[in-house]
Amino acid sequence: MNAGCRKDDPGPFAEPWEAQVFALVVTLQERGLFTAGEWAHALGRSIRPEGEAEAAADYGRWLAALETLLAERGIADPEMVEARSDAFLRAAAATPHGEPILLANDPHSSP
Amino acid sequence: MAQDHDHDPQHGHEHLHGHEHLHDHPDHAHGSTLTPVEARVRALESLLLEKGYVQADALDALVEHYETRVGPHDGARVVARAWTDPAYRERLLADATPAIAELGIGGRGGEHMVVVENTPDTHNLVVCTLCSCYPWPVLGLPPVWYKAPPYRARAVIDPRGVLAEFGLTLPDTTRITVWDSTAETRFMVLPRRPDGTESLSEAGLAALVTRDSMIGTGLPLAPEAGR
Repeated sequence: MNAGCRKDDPGPFAEPWEAQVFALVVTLQERGLFTAGEWAHALGRSIRPEGEAEAAADYGRWLAALETLLAERGIADPEMVEARSDAFLRAAAATPHGEPILLANDPHSSP
Repeated sequence: MAQDHDHDPQHGHEHLHGHEHLHDHPDHAHGSTLTPVEARVRALESLLLEKGYVQADALDALVEHYETRVGPHDGARVVARAWTDPAYRERLLADATPAIAELGIGGRGGEHMVVVENTPDTHNLVVCTLCSCYPWPVLGLPPVWYKAPPYRARAVIDPRGVLAEFGLTLPDTTRITVWDSTAETRFMVLPRRPDGTESLSEAGLAALVTRDSMIGTGLPLAPEAGR
């Protein structure tokens, strides 16, 4: 803990992607893909990586825990996520600054 | 496909994230950039949208709900009611979830609430040692320090030391009880009503109730400070 933790909170999410991860997890839980207890355990595992110091339960760990759960449940396997993620990176590079980054902007995309 | 999440990122965040803004570099004026983590989140979201597990407008509404409506002001209403209505306080301590629902507060993350009361002899402190379980309906989403390893580990081992770091020094005679929240049971502290608040309305009292006082890392404001 340091003095920084005493600042008034700027809001629940530091970046838009954190809010997106939060919303995905909550929605999938409410759809019954996993229970609150299963989620807490997945997050608990994610913040205690083997051989590493325990981490903060921040939204980066939420993302990792979500990816693990989706892979375990056969909903999105890591290769699929990786490929889609690369497509978004290419799409971003091809999108003029300030415009929405759409997957269709990926020059490698096959419509 | 609604991937347009480039709206106001709620800036003013904690300085820890400053180094993640390299993508604002002017060299990229002709294209956009996503950080690897942003690309992964978009990848997951778009896959889940395609498979019909999530809907874009529902996701946006959910985020808006937590950014603008849910927060410790609701917990403060519960505390102020308990301070002014002894029968309500009894119900709250006996079975918190329905008592909180009486004020129209509830929902996800608050399915099984337990409220623990500070007394002249006992101070209560809430933590989640496993991850970051937190009573969302009454307090909103947890602050960064609540999710960090130092607090999670030390609240149990050295609660008095942790409270001192929050500027809260309790008499040695005060017993500190630490409550470990889980996904199933989430705790909230009912702090003691500050002295000199006899003339305040329920709303005036609620204004004294801080988030930290309901986690146990702080006390309610003194009446002068709360006006």
